[in-house]
Amino acid sequence: MSGLSRRQFIRVMLSASGALVVGVGPASAAFTPTVPMELLGEALTSLGAFVRIERNNRIVIGARGCEIGQGVITSLPMLVAEELDADWTRVRVEQLPYGYEIGPDGPTNRYGPQGAGGSTSITDGWKDLRQAGAVARWLLIEAAAQHWQLPHERISTEASHVVHPDGTRMPYAELVERAAAILPPAEPVPVKTPDQFRVIGKPARTVDARAIVTGQAQFGIDAYLGGALVAVMLRCPHLDGSVESVDDSDARKVAGVREVFALDGPVPGSSFDGNLAAGVVVLADNTWAALKGRNALKVTWKPGPWAEESTAKLEAQAAEAFKGEGVNVRTDGDMAAARKAAKRVLEARYQVPFLAHATMEPPAALIKIEPDRALFIGSLQNPSGASSVIANLTGLAREKIEIRMTRAGGGFGRRLENDYVAEAVMIAKKAGKPVKLLWTRDDDLRHDFYRPFGVHQMSATLDRKNQLTGFAHLCAATSLNYRIARKKERPPGQGCLEADDFPAGLLPNLDKRFFSLESGMPRGPWRAPLHTFHAFAVQSFIDEIAVETKQDAVALRLALLGEARELDYSGHGGPKFDTGRLAAVLSRCAEAIDWKRKRSDGRGVGIACHFTFGGYAAHAFEVSVDGRDLRIHRAICVADVGRVVNPLGVEAMMMGGTIDGISTALNLAITVKDGQVQQSSFGDYALGRMAQMPNEVEVIILPSELEPSGAGEMGIPSVAPALANAIYAATTVRVRKLPILPELNRLL
Amino acid sequence: MPSPPLKTGKQPSAPVAAAEPGPIELTINGETYRHSGAPDMPLLWYLRDVLRLTGSKFGCGVGQCGACTVHVDGKAQRSCLLPVSALAGQSITTIEGLASGEDLHAVQQAWVEEDVPQCGYCQAGQIMAAVDLLKRKAQPSDSDIAQLTNLCRCGTYPRIRKAVKRAAQLIAAARTAEAKP
Repeated sequence: MSGLSRRQFIRVMLSASGALVVGVGPASAAFTPTVPMELLGEALTSLGAFVRIERNNRIVIGARGCEIGQGVITSLPMLVAEELDADWTRVRVEQLPYGYEIGPDGPTNRYGPQGAGGSTSITDGWKDLRQAGAVARWLLIEAAAQHWQLPHERISTEASHVVHPDGTRMPYAELVERAAAILPPAEPVPVKTPDQFRVIGKPARTVDARAIVTGQAQFGIDAYLGGALVAVMLRCPHLDGSVESVDDSDARKVAGVREVFALDGPVPGSSFDGNLAAGVVVLADNTWAALKGRNALKVTWKPGPWAEESTAKLEAQAAEAFKGEGVNVRTDGDMAAARKAAKRVLEARYQVPFLAHATMEPPAALIKIEPDRALFIGSLQNPSGASSVIANLTGLAREKIEIRMTRAGGGFGRRLENDYVAEAVMIAKKAGKPVKLLWTRDDDLRHDFYRPFGVHQMSATLDRKNQLTGFAHLCAATSLNYRIARKKERPPGQGCLEADDFPAGLLPNLDKRFFSLESGMPRGPWRAPLHTFHAFAVQSFIDEIAVETKQDAVALRLALLGEARELDYSGHGGPKFDTGRLAAVLSRCAEAIDWKRKRSDGRGVGIACHFTFGGYAAHAFEVSVDGRDLRIHRAICVADVGRVVNPLGVEAMMMGGTIDGISTALNLAITVKDGQVQQSSFGDYALGRMAQMPNEVEVIILPSELEPSGAGEMGIPSVAPALANAIYAATTVRVRKLPILPELNRLL
Repeated sequence: MPSPPLKTGKQPSAPVAAAEPGPIELTINGETYRHSGAPDMPLLWYLRDVLRLTGSKFGCGVGQCGACTVHVDGKAQRSCLLPVSALAGQSITTIEGLASGEDLHAVQQAWVEEDVPQCGYCQAGQIMAAVDLLKRKAQPSDSDIAQLTNLCRCGTYPRIRKAVKRAAQLIAAARTAEAKP
């Protein structure tokens, strides 16, 4: 928290109902009447800060993050509760809204970082949320010190009580008025040492599980507003296409349909800062009327500049691209010389498809625009982006836009883009009414920011002793950053090739180059963005090298990683990559799957490991292939994400990442033909069902005293290569193209 | 007979075409409602848009994902495919009607104890499907549980398996307790 003084950072106030409220933000606002009313009022629906201590000694903690299934509604309040020494069993958690405001130094967020992307929520909260809890506790101790006329240091706290040296306990609530009158300390107060933790590191169940299992939890799609019309849209199926003509006469006959109009899409080639596609909007009194109206539309589309695009042509484009020079991403030594000197050169080419996010809750958005303000309710991952989008399209100042955050039915990167927010605003403006926009599943699968398509050409040079001397990773892909304005400054790998990923820095010769493919498909981050396909190519190829050189695949990786040390890592999750931590997860994973044991009856074991976003993970699977039937007998995930805040939460993320990884690797691909996405339902984009999944995932979290990293994304990248490696071990069939099942069927 | 007051929200004014038959009477979570809007409106949208019972979720609209699962006369059905006109006289239970007041259903209790949900969106449907399974198979095997076809994108399947087994134990224990004098 360098540069920020405590006085600026922590806000303290006494609410009208007598609750102590502690939050973050500029101090100047804390003692002025400009404090928002929700901070002072009784209503908890819009909690204004991180901590409220109520008269009955119940502690309410605000959850600032976007809950997309990664557990931040539980884990972030745990950080506050720990430092406050709150009785976790009696803590109530309330979701906070988006906290944009104009502070004394300009625009700020009164709650700190709120977005969900890049596995950063815990690392951020580790700094500021613990401090917020610690200051609240400091104030309560100070109040008790005054009350008991004792030095601050002699008073301790436990389970929402201050404790006198003689053992007398007093509830926090009794000290609230006195505490609110004390100025918070100017310097950061000390936070606990790990041996003092009572909440951090203890398994905590999802705080709002009861609301979820009773159907009471609110998701964005569940928001309704009097007077709002339901909007659905028939979007142009052609990439960058447009509406040529509309016959809406039948649609308008549907009872309940109120309005039908066309909406333009973005100008081809321009950045995606508004909606994603052109189409025809149907507004109705209810969803069913809107859907029936949409079905009754007769629209003629005008294909855009990508009418010829197809997956087959992209494959050909990649093959052609490799004949060129590409863009240098990282060069060590002299790979050309290594090739000349090599006894053997191994080559393999891997291919990964576009993927859709397919969040179980499709995009939805509720917006009400008034002359001087707007209200938005929806499932978000990037509320700051949503606020900007609404401001840009309405002309309203961002502080006039209220954004209520809800649980989101999955994110996986889809909601980092706010095209559906922009679309709702554009429709509401045109209709002059509040609008509740709903995307159907076919909308969602056919209009997304897809995980990039790519082909990875790998080479390895070997000397006479079968030792690796060089490694080349050439990636021809549709860049991740296509038409995303905020990503224009990204390095040359274009979000598809990580310069410092394993085995960079571990071999004398390295050649990494990127070849950009032309495509009209919108692209964006998909959980652990480039790492899902990057790890597939690298960790499959390492396995191939081990097979070709008759080395043990674990021993080969461990030999490459060498002594435990830190290497520079320029990508997200850096600045360092610790070879020892990756070796440790790999070794533990090999031990758990009993790697060295020879399998009989057609079973094979595969393993892979990867570093992403500050976390280390390894996967191992034991599989068999009977006819065309792939069975996963065992699934193991070992992770090191630093210190664990909520063991149940991290286990869920690793288990879920593994299942998601299996589901995706086995079956999922988005393909293009004639400039149109071909998939439109869970029939042709078949997420894995229970019967296809292993009965359990054995998750092992390595204990660590290091600073916590996030856990949202590292559970997935090593899944696909570990599965492909296991299939090879069971069948000697090498799957180099995802998804696995169709390719395996082709090869068998 | 007037319909009971709506619990939440306000009913959108759904105009009735002249040719449409009279209101359809529906029994949902023990209460009777009369729908005079489009008779082909799927139950899911009646629950969500009209009654504001939003626990049943929209995931695909074509019966593939199960997020909208409810019980019709005690059997799990995907409400996105059920026109309200086909439901007159049948008893519908949604996730909101599963618990008895403050007492969670054993399946809901097991879901909480196993900490099943991640994003939570599919879980109401998963729970309704599991309740139905446990009615048919009091002690389901792994392959019985694998008959649950509801989709989950977060990957909670292994915990769903554990929770179904735990729920089976809770139900069996409750029966044993009841059987004792």
